[in-house]
Amino acid sequence: MGAFEAAIAVAQVDSGDTAWMLTSTALVLMMTIALGVFYAGLVRAKNTLNTFMMCISSLAIGGIVWALLGYSLAFDGEGAILGGLGHVALNGVGLEPQPGGTVPHLVFFAFQGTFCMLTLALISGAVVERMRFGAWMVFATLWSILVYAVLAHWAFGGGWLAQEGVLDFAGGVPVEMGSGFGALAAALVVGARKDYGRQALLPHNTVYVLLGAGLLWFGWFGFNGGSGIGTNDAGVLAFVNTMLTPACALFMWFVLDLIRGRKVTAVGAATSIIVGCVLITPAGAFISPAWAMVLGFLGAIPCYAVIVWRPRTRVDETLDVLAAHGIAGFTGILFLGLVAQFAWNGVADGLFYGDAGQFASQALAAAVAPAYAFGVTFVLLKVLGALMPLRSTEHEEAVGMDVVHHGEEAYLTGEGAILITPESGDEGEVPVANPI
Amino acid sequence: MKLVIGIVRPEKANDVLEALYRAEVRGVSISRVQGHGGELERVETYRGTTVKMGLSEKVRFEVAVSDPFVEPAIEALRDGAQTGEVGDGKIFVVPLERAVRIRTGESDEAAVTPVGG
Repeated sequence: MGAFEAAIAVAQVDSGDTAWMLTSTALVLMMTIALGVFYAGLVRAKNTLNTFMMCISSLAIGGIVWALLGYSLAFDGEGAILGGLGHVALNGVGLEPQPGGTVPHLVFFAFQGTFCMLTLALISGAVVERMRFGAWMVFATLWSILVYAVLAHWAFGGGWLAQEGVLDFAGGVPVEMGSGFGALAAALVVGARKDYGRQALLPHNTVYVLLGAGLLWFGWFGFNGGSGIGTNDAGVLAFVNTMLTPACALFMWFVLDLIRGRKVTAVGAATSIIVGCVLITPAGAFISPAWAMVLGFLGAIPCYAVIVWRPRTRVDETLDVLAAHGIAGFTGILFLGLVAQFAWNGVADGLFYGDAGQFASQALAAAVAPAYAFGVTFVLLKVLGALMPLRSTEHEEAVGMDVVHHGEEAYLTGEGAILITPESGDEGEVPVANPI
Repeated sequence: MKLVIGIVRPEKANDVLEALYRAEVRGVSISRVQGHGGELERVETYRGTTVKMGLSEKVRFEVAVSDPFVEPAIEALRDGAQTGEVGDGKIFVVPLERAVRIRTGESDEAAVTPVGG
């Protein structure tokens, strides 16, 4: 940015926009924790902490990688495939806004960084309860560059999908389809849990599942509502649609549950909230509130179908990232190609409003993003798998990831715990009944 | 008439239930218990506090059976629970003085024989 441009830009910082974007950034950061609660509730008690820690570790990995390299690859310049290296290690990312922006460049960087963190956490749902924590850390680091930053550039950073006219409001391509179809590849390479298909592997705390889903919805107001990068029309419309679509998806899930099992389920309700939020993520401020409601009702159906079908297969995509994120993101990005309205978004019309070309662009994104995410994730894990064991042994899986990888338990009574004091030195000297 | 008590690894509890079912032993109670057998203690750290976990989670099976079912019950418990590692658990067989089925008032052998069996 030249000095002259910078001088103009400084005058453009808007305090209201900046305040909302700071808030949105914090809301999206909270979504990773909320996802940790949601995921932890869905696994068995002995894997609670490990599952949560995969999400927590995403905050560290995503934050560091994004600052050092990811942001630059995604948002520096408008190369077709990749951005440049001009913003490596936050070079040139300062308090001035970018050209045409109204918030400091740093705020934009931080907001996008929380998306990277969340996406890493999302994909962990495919491999919980058996992947080694170390292998996960290595995988997540490389994935955030090879898949997330690349897809973010294509959709948000002026890459070739954006140049083709693809509309993606808040991350249907990099976040939802990236994590969803990457998750399918990860589940295939890492393999099923040893008890999968032989025993019922059930959620250990459904209250966590509901609480996590509710907090995710709350955070999603920042995720979608902040993706207008200000308190503008787009932000407001996306915010309101984020209220409407999940509400409709939730209701539709009740109906589908009733038809299928004659009971409305809580885990289903929690899932549908996330499905609804994902459905509206790509469509965001491109469609009217009325169409956003229709999207909630209709979009729930394919996701529900995949969630019912997937456990009957041998693919242990454990927490259904494919159905809740991949399929919902896919549906949302296509639906927006049908019902986008220039009158609401000021950008483009969809097929129903006279522009078939927009639907073709959306279909391109819906074909390319899943293929790229699946392919790269598959190869990445195959290569990593040749270099290090990806999963824990059967015995470790039986004992549980919490004790094996973290040396902690989520639900501890303290009975039988013998304090190892510094005075006692080597743990061998602790006076306990010697079993052997 | 005996009470067969099996203390097994929690992760093998499902396998034991399956084995008991296949051995046609019906009627079983289980409870979560903590105990210390021969297994090596785990060391866990919570902030600055390092502890040795002297007790392990176990699942306790109680199966009341008529004499012909004692051996099948023991076999099923062993089949289901064995991993070969220290900490697989123990089986105790104790004599049973009386048993009453609450619903019908049947007692003893009749009470521990599976319904319809």
